[in-house]
Amino acid sequence: MANLLEGKKIVVMGVASERSIAWGITKSLHNAGANLIFTYRQERSYQKLTKLLEKYDIQAELVVSCDVASDESVQQAFKEIKEKIGVIHGVIHSVAFAKREELKGEYADTSRDGFLLAQEISAYSLVSVTKAAKELMTEGGSIVTQTYLGAERVIQNYNVMGVAKASLEASMRYLAEDMGKYNIRVNAVSAGPIRTLSAKGVSGFNEKMSIIEEKAPLRRNVDQDQVGDATLFFMSELSRGITGEVLHVDSGYHIIGG
Amino acid sequence: MMADVFDRVKTIIIDRLDVEEEKVTMEASFKDDLDADSLDVVELVMELEDEFDMEIADEEAEKINTVGDAVNYINSLQ
Repeated sequence: MANLLEGKKIVVMGVASERSIAWGITKSLHNAGANLIFTYRQERSYQKLTKLLEKYDIQAELVVSCDVASDESVQQAFKEIKEKIGVIHGVIHSVAFAKREELKGEYADTSRDGFLLAQEISAYSLVSVTKAAKELMTEGGSIVTQTYLGAERVIQNYNVMGVAKASLEASMRYLAEDMGKYNIRVNAVSAGPIRTLSAKGVSGFNEKMSIIEEKAPLRRNVDQDQVGDATLFFMSELSRGITGEVLHVDSGYHIIGG
Repeated sequence: MMADVFDRVKTIIIDRLDVEEEKVTMEASFKDDLDADSLDVVELVMELEDEFDMEIADEEAEKINTVGDAVNYINSLQ
């Protein structure tokens, strides 16, 4: 797989720590020969990212600040990428946010601003990023976002984020239709529960992982590297016939009915 | 036994929080003395879960304010 992404320039959004799904993706894309550009929002993420790149001996083409809560920031980030890098071939969208207090208890208690915040950062961001990235993807390409089964089914405590992920998946499909004519594919990976910082914000997360070990066909949890390889598939020409798809990387758990 | 857990916790804290060894005492507060933000504390809890092959329930994790709280909690389970 060493050359699958040779010469491809890919923007990775959402590395916050070594446990980030975006970091697992980074490793897979790097091993396949991709040239990587990173975006970060918080200073703490920038520092983590810099340390990680050094630790794994990965050379970033560029690291730019990007706050998906602001259209100006997204436009500015991709403008900088355009000026310094030029054409890009892929975008990894691996960002989401919800208030911790909304990730427990009853969904019915979701606040209006908490609902809108989760939608804005977790779903609308894909729309805004796709629009900005399209201008740089003049040779076609691939955009991949990260979703979760909570978008399709009720998963206890996932609440407002499940609804945001449903919105993200629907956006992914509409964007796939829009972008298809420019030869840009848009897909989503729906990973099983993975021990990331964000996942730990969902109440009772450890139990969700035990259920997978007990009930999923493969009877084991997935990790960031497995999501990374599935995302690599979507970034590569191997998936050239696929767009608007949700690919479950969850040891098969989503097919189980009870 | 006690010292062993403390040393292992200390190693993780030094590595994760980039702090000097002498600052990591049983009494040190993660937020006040070791400059950890809430995400750092969550990260630390996850590292401790891996290191000691255990699960720290959310309610317990919320009670961990000092290095000593973490060490005592781990000792109480072993």
